Amino acid sequence: MMRAMRKFPTSAKLMATAAAATAFFAGASAHAAQPQPWEMSFQPAATDMMRQIEWFGNYTMWFVVPITVLVLALLAWCIFRFRASVNPVPSKTSHNTLIEIIWTVGPVVVLLFIAIPSFQLLTAQYTPPEEAKLTVKATGNQWNWDYEYQIENTLSFNSAILQDADRAAIGKEDRKVYPRLLAVDNELVVPVNTMTRVLVTATDVIHSFAMPAFGIKMDAVPGRTNETWFKAEKEGLYYGQCSQLCGKDHAFMPIAIRVVSDAQYKTWLAAAKADLPGANKALMAEVDGTNKVAAAGN
Amino acid sequence: MAEAAAHDDHDHKPYHGWVRWVYSTNHKDIGTLYLIFAIFAGIVGGALSVVIRMELQEPGIQIFTGLAQMVYGVNGDAAIDGGKSMYNAFGTAHALIMIFFMVMPALIGGFANWMVPIMIGAPDMAFPRMNNISFWLLPPAFILLITSAFMPSAPGAYGVGGGWTLYPPLSTSGQPGPAMDLAILSIHIAGASSILGAINFITTIFNMRAPGMTLHKMPLFAWSVLVTAFLLLLSLPVLAGGITMLLTDRNFGTAFFAPDNGGDPLLFQHLFWFFGHPEVYILILPGFGIISHIVSTFSKKPVFGYLGMAYAMVAIGAVGFIVWAHHMYTTGLSLDTQRYFVFATMVIAVPTGVKIFSWIATMWGGSISFKTPMLWALGFIFLFTVGGVTGVQLANAGLDRSLHDTYFVIAHFHYVLSLGAVFAIFAGWYYWFPKMTGYMYSPVIANTHFWVTFVGVNLIFFPQHFLGLAGMPRRTIDYPDAFAGWNMVSSYGSYISAVGVVIFLYGVFEAFQKKRVAGANPWGEGATTLEWQLPSPPPFHQWEQLPKIK
Repeated sequence: MMRAMRKFPTSAKLMATAAAATAFFAGASAHAAQPQPWEMSFQPAATDMMRQIEWFGNYTMWFVVPITVLVLALLAWCIFRFRASVNPVPSKTSHNTLIEIIWTVGPVVVLLFIAIPSFQLLTAQYTPPEEAKLTVKATGNQWNWDYEYQIENTLSFNSAILQDADRAAIGKEDRKVYPRLLAVDNELVVPVNTMTRVLVTATDVIHSFAMPAFGIKMDAVPGRTNETWFKAEKEGLYYGQCSQLCGKDHAFMPIAIRVVSDAQYKTWLAAAKADLPGANKALMAEVDGTNKVAAAGN
Repeated sequence: MAEAAAHDDHDHKPYHGWVRWVYSTNHKDIGTLYLIFAIFAGIVGGALSVVIRMELQEPGIQIFTGLAQMVYGVNGDAAIDGGKSMYNAFGTAHALIMIFFMVMPALIGGFANWMVPIMIGAPDMAFPRMNNISFWLLPPAFILLITSAFMPSAPGAYGVGGGWTLYPPLSTSGQPGPAMDLAILSIHIAGASSILGAINFITTIFNMRAPGMTLHKMPLFAWSVLVTAFLLLLSLPVLAGGITMLLTDRNFGTAFFAPDNGGDPLLFQHLFWFFGHPEVYILILPGFGIISHIVSTFSKKPVFGYLGMAYAMVAIGAVGFIVWAHHMYTTGLSLDTQRYFVFATMVIAVPTGVKIFSWIATMWGGSISFKTPMLWALGFIFLFTVGGVTGVQLANAGLDRSLHDTYFVIAHFHYVLSLGAVFAIFAGWYYWFPKMTGYMYSPVIANTHFWVTFVGVNLIFFPQHFLGLAGMPRRTIDYPDAFAGWNMVSSYGSYISAVGVVIFLYGVFEAFQKKRVAGANPWGEGATTLEWQLPSPPPFHQWEQLPKIK
């Protein structure tokens, strides 16, 4: 992806815009990895891959917006210049080979400009830069997720939507941090800056494992194991939702990933095998503590 | 041909009352039936979407719990669960009705039936009795679909809630009740109706053109219907195969799509989209034809680049068959497969661009009058461009990773269908209404209908781009509170569009009430195709003397 960026000089400017947007949303909330009211663009990227997608999305806008404006301008010109009152005698022109060639070849050139970085982006998504250090299996069920850490003495647990009744008991009463329909009982916990592979499958119907801030979306198809990967760069709590219609409670099977420091992850992992709720609580207390310190530091 | 037509030529009012319509073999009467059917189905399908938007106006579940209480007579948690399933059933029914029972009957069964024989100088369709059965298969299909809405599907749920794409296992083991079987039968029958119609159009257009009307002189609407008919003929059997496999998986113990017995759910997706992608061109191509006629008529100029326009449609139709898996970028396709489908999908933008630019070039230098059909056509060209460029964005698998199955996709395909195909339908309606009925509508009411609809649909669908970018998934009854703002705007747009539909219906009523005589050609010198040489409404059988085309 960095390859793609170097080839296109505009990318630096676009990146700066994206970074400014990121800063804006980050300023709005310490936990920016969830949708914001009246948001008009992507959620701020938390992986390099999502930044590449964001860059490419903005890059296509440099073609898409001018083309739309061009069509609108031509229509407006026709409306004002060639209305019957202004131009009572119509021309009889119905052919012009040159212009027909131009408007066939022109779009081809535009498409080439889009296609080259598009293929680079697609290739990058399927070419992980390094071996995965952690593999997690995500299994979709109607209507929750099973996570299984593929490590010695596997750790596995279920992650379902947070019930309002349980908020107090597990210390998730802050609805800004744990929003309705996004918060879960047990988050997937992964260490920051760690190449993480996700194996995605399902037990009953098709679901889809999506995390907007990471730029990943992979269908969970029964009988198949799909693979995707991410490398989260920023600690925080990230939210996604099941993205394939899976029945009655499709709207109610969120995905939450908590990215923590390596040390926090190791402590959590060691504790989680014996006592998951306890480990989660301890982790939350520690993360909240770090956040408060960081806020005070600001 | 002349002999076949001579059969009931003696009597210009061949039958009385219902017999004329039920037994009809007349392409104009059948076209009228199709149009009435499409209006009725459109109101049903539109009402479903308004209820969906009412539900989504605010976060939380407001409407469907109460609806489930009323319709299913359940309370408490059962009502909440029933309501959630009902929401999915509404979304599924909205799509199926709008596609199979509104847009296709209006464009192909309605306008094409009415106008293609007249335009090519033929007395009727090639197979008039088959034309009759094509239409009369639709009401039973529609009744089956409506019936399925009241049948059990999943435990505690009624109606097909798997989306119009019917992906297994949700459509097989996920919904064991009879609702899905009825819906599959409904699609089978609607599909059979369309295949018969397609055969009829291909035969008519190839064999019944008036002397001198070569394919390269044929009006573009007839070209668009010819291409559409081929798409129907080649794609619908694949859908029929796919949903038959669903049916046998559900009822007869096969396992085409059941992984626990060696099947693969993705096989269905390939079969479905091999049909489904040509299907979206089936919905829009006749609209392309209508828009070409209208732009030419009201610019008082011949269509610019006629041959390019005709072969652009052929190209769109042909390439439309080899891009299906761009609906499946997130299913785990290999890198090379995705590369191919990105490339092939982008190619379609080229002939589509040719069409947009040719419409503008047709207007260029013209003497344009802004009658109601032209307003709809102008709206179409701009809004279809918006939907087209978002389509180019979605074609990129790398970007689609983030946009797939979000509201961005909903916005995209409603810009090309709801604001594209539907605008083309209304353009055609206001263009040919005086021809078909002999009456002129009130331009004031018709223009009001346009502006209200234009504002309404843009308010619905433009904000949905933002929702999709921010990550809101499709097909959810409730959404995180952060999405509330744009959803509210979108819902208000939906209510405005509903007002537009009421204005439309009133305009039709008013036209029939006032009976302003339209005359043979209300549009003047720009209207050059053959239908404007006939009186309005045309005689029961036209072209008893075949027209000669120079």
